[in-house]
Amino acid sequence: MSFLINKVLTKLYRAVIFSIFRKLDLSFSNLTTCIFLKFKSNLTVAGKTLFDKIWDAHVVQEIPDGPSVLYIDRHLIHEVTSPQAFNGLGRRGLKVMRPNQTVATPDHNVPTINQDKPIEDELSRFQVDTLTENCNKYGIDLYGLNTDYQGVVHVMGPQLGVTQPGMTIVCGDSHTSTHGAFGCIAFGIGTSEVEMVLATQCIMQPKPKKMRINVNGQLKPNVSPKDVILYIISKMTAAGGTGYFVEYSGNVFREMSMEGRMTVCNMSIEMGARGGLISPDIKTFEFVEGKKYSPKGDDFKKAVAKWSELYTDADAVFDREVDFDASDIEPMITFGTNPGMGVKITGKIPELSSIVGSEQPSFQKSMNYMGFQAGDTMIGKPVDYVFIGSCTNGRIEDLRVVADYVKGKQKAENVTAWIVPGSKEVERQAIAEGIVDVLEEAGFKMRQPGCSACLAMNDDKIPAGKYAVSTSNRNFEGRQGPGARTMLASPLTAAAVAVAGKVVDPRTVLETA
Amino acid sequence: MAVEKFEQLTSTAVPLPIENVDTDQIIPARFLKATTREGFGDNLFRDWRYDKNDQPIADFVLNNPIYSGEILVGGKNFGCGSSREHAAWAVGGAGFKVVISSFFADIFKGNALNNGILPITVSEDFLVKIFSGIEADPKATFKVDLENQELTISATGDKTSFDINGYKKECLLNGYDDIDYLLNIKDKIEAFELAR
Repeated sequence: MSFLINKVLTKLYRAVIFSIFRKLDLSFSNLTTCIFLKFKSNLTVAGKTLFDKIWDAHVVQEIPDGPSVLYIDRHLIHEVTSPQAFNGLGRRGLKVMRPNQTVATPDHNVPTINQDKPIEDELSRFQVDTLTENCNKYGIDLYGLNTDYQGVVHVMGPQLGVTQPGMTIVCGDSHTSTHGAFGCIAFGIGTSEVEMVLATQCIMQPKPKKMRINVNGQLKPNVSPKDVILYIISKMTAAGGTGYFVEYSGNVFREMSMEGRMTVCNMSIEMGARGGLISPDIKTFEFVEGKKYSPKGDDFKKAVAKWSELYTDADAVFDREVDFDASDIEPMITFGTNPGMGVKITGKIPELSSIVGSEQPSFQKSMNYMGFQAGDTMIGKPVDYVFIGSCTNGRIEDLRVVADYVKGKQKAENVTAWIVPGSKEVERQAIAEGIVDVLEEAGFKMRQPGCSACLAMNDDKIPAGKYAVSTSNRNFEGRQGPGARTMLASPLTAAAVAVAGKVVDPRTVLETA
Repeated sequence: MAVEKFEQLTSTAVPLPIENVDTDQIIPARFLKATTREGFGDNLFRDWRYDKNDQPIADFVLNNPIYSGEILVGGKNFGCGSSREHAAWAVGGAGFKVVISSFFADIFKGNALNNGILPITVSEDFLVKIFSGIEADPKATFKVDLENQELTISATGDKTSFDINGYKKECLLNGYDDIDYLLNIKDKIEAFELAR
């Protein structure tokens, strides 16, 4: 008991000192109020969430009735959302404050064939060249086209060890939430914010609310991390997480590989959440160890000791808590034009009558776009393209799943199947493991790393009216090309669909074989 | 780059009663190849506004001459999806200074504010009133008063207050931006780094 009291008192003492340091610029009355509030909050709220621990350690200043000034550990940049930020920096005559905390790669707008040749599209080439020029000018590490580590920024970052537990990570891309898989506060930002981080290594952020999503129980065979997150989003809706930062908790996430956790955290934004994170564990530390930017030797051991404290305290309180039963999750597919419009692959599109009246026009618009009817069965739906890649599912584990499935099979004649590795390293691994041979023998087209048909900025577009089953993250109208119709699914489902030439449940092949 | 000051605005409004309008609709990815902030307004809602032969789609609201104004009114969950600030540049570039919805996606909201565009969140009921007001009279005007945080339907006098944090309100009223603020506390940021 006395130990506990001591612990609380130490905590209080630290809190008071901390407050004094942080609030030195405030008036005396504010200072005393702040100490009092800190004192009070420590008496009433004991535990901290993982999110709070990381957030609180990065607050440089809190603005009364405003956002917090949050310190950023790592800033990832790419060619599409950074040029205007560098322009702004130039206009103000500023330097990049911490170039060694900034890492760049071109990914959104690069071709996925002939990367050794100059980019044909003039605007794309100029954008990629501008990134190179800016990185050279400001001394930023750039992993350019045809270099060993180039890739989709959220695949590349973890592979280089840029991503480490406990960090704040931002990038001008909403799927920055991917890095939350390592126990980071990672989120997407706009270009004005990219400029802020370049100039000051800080960002202004209102503190989001906290949600915990617990998934416990036994997943059925052949249910993948992608199915887990598509299931969660289908239950939460595309806006259900807005205003929140999500912690994923439960045995299902503990048992997932780091690749699986990245897939889950990646799609947090698709339910509107600012980001998602998972407490780091031995798998996280093993993944980070030995990477280019990771701490080495004793520094690594010290880091692991620090990272081991990154968990939600047992008595911490969330603003919202949601539970799902793992055994209810099955392979998922989307049928509409936002990622919340998903069903079990054996399921049906909801009837119009089951949709809230005010949402019916948007639902009907979505059905018209997809060429589907309310109440339709998803199994058997036509498919013209299969896209396997993106920051959601372009990692080696995803390619292994696809290769295992298609080995000895042939893709259907009516389907064009593109495989786009998430990075040069994934590409190397896939070649070394014989995955590329298997996929090419099965009739898949192996491309070079980039965001590709996930957002169709380059020439990798699904033609208007055609159906694609895609392992990416968004099924918005026109996302994969003007008029393209997207169904989101896991790599396993995408592989099965590519072979069958229509929407199928991968389990009917695997579990009856 | 400071933003334009915003105090009050009385304007007609353009209605877009669609839910979950994502930033890929606001500005499709193929138009993100520019390296400056200008020129995105022409491609605002490109694929809803023009057909595949680049001909205007007559029944889309932005092509209908009876609707105009500096206020865009959208359905629930406006601006979801990609973090592209180009979406805010497109909205601003097309002449909108205010966007009204019953619910905004976080990143779009932040991007809008950073570009001097005021996102106003109203209740579902009030949103219905606004849409009905425009339907009854496309020339109906709305008054936005940032200082008092009030939105008024001019014809009926129906009023609602809206939230905005005090800091962002000051920024908009005075035309300040976040970078100005952060640059002013750079010593503090450096001290924070040293203390870690």
